[in-house]
Amino acid sequence: MASHALELTRTPSTAVRVHGLVREHGSRRVLDNVDLEIQAGEFVALLGQSGSGKSTLLRAIAELDYEVRGSGELHASKNRSVVFQDARLLPWARVIDNVILGVRSPGARALGEAALAEVGLAGRERAWPIELSGGEQQRVALARSLVRAPDLLLADEPFGALDFLTRLRMHELLRELCERHRPAVLLVTHDVDEAIQLADRVLVLVAGRIAVDQQITLPTPRSHRDRQFLEYRELLLGSLGVFPAEARARSIESSQPQRNQP
Amino acid sequence: MTQALRAEELTSQPGSVVRSAPSHGAQRNKRGRRLGPAPRIPYTLAIGPALLLALWALSSWAGWLDARVLSKPWIVAVTTHDLLAAGRLQAHLVTSAQRAFLGLSLGISVGTLLALFSGLTRIGEVLMDGPVQIKRAIPTLALIPLLILWFGIGEPMKVLTIALSAMIPVYMHTHAGLRAIDTRYVELAETVHLTRWEFVRKVALPGALPGFLMGVRFAVTAAWLSLVVVEQINATSGVGYMMSLARSYGQTEVILVGLVVYGLFGLVTDTSVRLLERRALTWRRTLSS
Repeated sequence: MASHALELTRTPSTAVRVHGLVREHGSRRVLDNVDLEIQAGEFVALLGQSGSGKSTLLRAIAELDYEVRGSGELHASKNRSVVFQDARLLPWARVIDNVILGVRSPGARALGEAALAEVGLAGRERAWPIELSGGEQQRVALARSLVRAPDLLLADEPFGALDFLTRLRMHELLRELCERHRPAVLLVTHDVDEAIQLADRVLVLVAGRIAVDQQITLPTPRSHRDRQFLEYRELLLGSLGVFPAEARARSIESSQPQRNQP
Repeated sequence: MTQALRAEELTSQPGSVVRSAPSHGAQRNKRGRRLGPAPRIPYTLAIGPALLLALWALSSWAGWLDARVLSKPWIVAVTTHDLLAAGRLQAHLVTSAQRAFLGLSLGISVGTLLALFSGLTRIGEVLMDGPVQIKRAIPTLALIPLLILWFGIGEPMKVLTIALSAMIPVYMHTHAGLRAIDTRYVELAETVHLTRWEFVRKVALPGALPGFLMGVRFAVTAAWLSLVVVEQINATSGVGYMMSLARSYGQTEVILVGLVVYGLFGLVTDTSVRLLERRALTWRRTLSS
């Protein structure tokens, strides 16, 4: 514990440091010697097929993986918060009380109201979670994370359950919030476009190992039609086992719907 | 145009709100869910009893009913008035209400405490759950002989019998409510670093509240049942005593008064628990609302 604190003070710019991380579910090795470092303020997206171990890695960093066998070194900022795929609001607590759940500072209420205003839900403090739409609930969950001013934001497919339009709006919101508050972010997703759209760096987890570690150097706002965007996408899809040619063919197909055959 | 307007006026009921209705949506909403229950009929609860009462009055008036089997409703009303005027009904009523209230309060408190102890701690589960399950298997009324031997035939025995039967449903449902709390909320509580006490206060207790309230409703029913039984054995006061006395004298109308009083007791308590439920569980939206 003492050495841990010492190391963190030596490198204050590191939000996560993982070395040789192994996790096993039964006899299956889900994470196989993963090394990972996330700098303060860095936005990292973690891609992978289902079963590749990306949620396991996130849950390990969040220290939510009890009763999972494993070994390895793991240092993560203590001041972290988690956004789950479901908004996970307490149905019996009003929106504001959900946001400030576990916040003990005296001005908690005012902080919570400010966070709600930031995610565009000012005035809904007294609403019950059931009265909100799925997107609004997820925005409350974002406010609940924000209000803690985290150094590290861990998000496990936070937009996976949302419809396409809501998801686009949430991308916008998340990028804005991250630019303003600059936490380090680990975003687990299976959506390649979402990863390129949002992240500074994209990792691809294949069979429990980090197979690709790609910096994304695109100016914001990022466009899907950008040539470089397409190159990143091809590379990442390839590493996920989708052949680039196939991907290209599919994207052409989908952009030219209902053409009559000659 | 004017004809259509008149037709609408005719079909709409007096007093019902007719919107100028340019928007189809507003009207369609009134229809309610297709697969949910149909819209409520006003005075749903009152219609059935009123019909039964009318049938009773009619058969008494026509002479189809022997007065020894079932007294005439107006005789029952007169008897009620006489009993009230003499002050006897009030005295019995207060005694019965007191027994029920004491027993119910004791049963609900003990049941809740035991449920919290065994639902929130493993030690509590080890110590309490087994004994309570065994108690549940034995009908409380079967314990009466033992309770009489221990406490005599006075008030403590009666209150304890009511408390014992009210305790079980409160314990069962509160305990089940605590155990059924979604582990996802436990995980959330951990990520926001709630202390154990905060977790109990903000997650466990509100999460178990629906179960607790359902337990209270069952407890109320159980308490009335026990009250009726303990008041008919070895009692010298109370509504049940009044009724068994009336049986020895063949006063059917007094028995009926007693039944009405029990019914009103049950109705009032059930309604208050339901009101409490509605106030406490506003965060839920169910088919019945």
